[in-house]
Amino acid sequence: MAKKEKASAKAAVSTEDVSKVRYKSISTVHGENYKTLLTEKYKNRKKWEEPNFKKIVSAIPGTVIKIHAEEGQEVKEGDLMMILEAMKMQNKMYFPMDGFVKKIYVTEEQKVPKGHLMIELK
Amino acid sequence: MSLKRKILELQKKREQVLQGGGEKAVEKQVAMGKMTARERIITLLDENSFHEYDMFIEHEARDFGMATKVLHGDGVIIGTGTIFGAPICIYAQDFTVAGGSLGLMHARKITKIMDHAMKMRVPIIGINDSGGARIQEGVNSLAGYGEIFYRNTTASGVIPQISVILGPCAGGAVYSPALTDFVFVVDKISKMFITGPEVIKTVLGEEISMEALGGARVHSEITGNAHFFAESEIECFDQIKKLITYIPWNNSKKAQKYEVKEPKVDQYKIDEIVPGNPKEPYDVRDVVRAITDDSDFFEIQQLWAANMVIGFGRMDGQTVGFVCNQPLVLAGVLDCDSSDKAARFIRYCDAFNIPIVTLVDLPGYLPGADQEHAGVIRHGAKILYAYSEATVPKITVILRKAYGGGYIAMNSRHLNADFVFAWPGAEIAVMGPEGAANIIFRKEIMGADDPDKVRKQKVKEYKEKFANPYVAAAKGYVDSVIEPEETRKLLLHAIEGSQNKVDNKPYKKHGIPPF
Repeated sequence: MAKKEKASAKAAVSTEDVSKVRYKSISTVHGENYKTLLTEKYKNRKKWEEPNFKKIVSAIPGTVIKIHAEEGQEVKEGDLMMILEAMKMQNKMYFPMDGFVKKIYVTEEQKVPKGHLMIELK
Repeated sequence: MSLKRKILELQKKREQVLQGGGEKAVEKQVAMGKMTARERIITLLDENSFHEYDMFIEHEARDFGMATKVLHGDGVIIGTGTIFGAPICIYAQDFTVAGGSLGLMHARKITKIMDHAMKMRVPIIGINDSGGARIQEGVNSLAGYGEIFYRNTTASGVIPQISVILGPCAGGAVYSPALTDFVFVVDKISKMFITGPEVIKTVLGEEISMEALGGARVHSEITGNAHFFAESEIECFDQIKKLITYIPWNNSKKAQKYEVKEPKVDQYKIDEIVPGNPKEPYDVRDVVRAITDDSDFFEIQQLWAANMVIGFGRMDGQTVGFVCNQPLVLAGVLDCDSSDKAARFIRYCDAFNIPIVTLVDLPGYLPGADQEHAGVIRHGAKILYAYSEATVPKITVILRKAYGGGYIAMNSRHLNADFVFAWPGAEIAVMGPEGAANIIFRKEIMGADDPDKVRKQKVKEYKEKFANPYVAAAKGYVDSVIEPEETRKLLLHAIEGSQNKVDNKPYKKHGIPPF
């Protein structure tokens, strides 16, 4: 791991430096602000976003084996969308709702991580 | 053959085993900056205290050309010895022998020494340095892992179990350390993960190094799987030795008593550490050092969830577990990680007869969608469960803020604390003065010509009336409002008076904690 990260972690727990450290402010319950140090984990936390169900993302990391749809095609809920091989299984994925295929973001044989945008409906 | 010749023969056989995987393999081990398994045991244990068993074990594999291979000790060393005179059972996987891979007899040796530790009710230390399951032995090696996990679970809370990760520890193998009480890791040497970089590359096409995936630092800072981080194996062994001095041999004993030394009061002035303004940070470990014998504090999981501080110190020569909010980091809030950290430690102390001292200064639970969605309800509940369930002496000192659910969770009177003390600057309330005033006096503030002025005035009013320890003291929720200087004296008194504590809970097979 990078030296920089090492240094920051040490800074967060070193006793001697307490008076010299530059504190950040953290807002906690009911908007009270406290002077304190922030952890890397806190700084890297994910902001919540409204889920968009028209954007279909991979539920599991795997490989796209076959795509059963084309851009512009009209699809019905329950139509076969693609085969995603993951964890030694060829998983059939179905369209979650009626609509038109706006854009396909993946190609066959592409490896996708979890949460990867694969197909967008309109 | 005369006995003398037979003795010579034995010596020769021993000699062969002591070479482990041979010169080349040992050279490789050294080149990786690692000690050999035997060196590790000898360095860790008291001088000349180690006795090895099952030296001449032979492996069982017959397929894939394994039958003719000699694997000395089958890649693991087991034995008994002492640390500062305390009896210890120990095993160390020998990476120089078939990569320390775990086969049937390898596992048998480990389970044998675990069973021995349980029979003798002494701590067990496992040094892990293994490439994983011995694939040639197939399901036998999986069986071996399962038998180790089963024993880890049975021994949990009966004898102290210590895992030391000094090499790779991958796949199923990681679950034995995860089931034990304390996990020690060393920078650049320890590696733990369920699926390694190669699998991740095959499945995802992502490249990540072993170090970045599951190195010592990752498990000490991000995952919380490790409890002690060291820069070198020697430092790691010193940490283990120190830990052994704080914990009892088993759950029917108390930790050994040491000579009483007064805290270094010149260095740690207890009435100068905590700022009056509840929004100003300070290091709560200084408060701990101001009250422990010799100002000694042995911190556990220092780098992970640093907004909660846990560790051992001694008072009157006796081991005490400290659980403290840390205003220095994230204002000392409770969140998923800090709740997990504290709850597990509370249960450890309870299992091994170690009194718990809780130092409170927190604004509450950390707000945020990420926390809520990560399950802060179920994680936070663990602290409530652990404190409520614990029957060891439980003493609380409220140093400053104790707001809302955080106040209840941090070993309040309501969770059956034995003693609750508060410093005069303590603020025990549902929330901070500003938030409270904004809600209670909303109408007055909104309707005023100068809302800010009224708000300030109302905050001041609220502060004077409620931001103090006396409202709680008037109800008996705080037993005594004390001067900071009196803290050590009162804690010593409380611990001494709790030696024969009886707290009978109703019979149950076990509870259902919010794991």
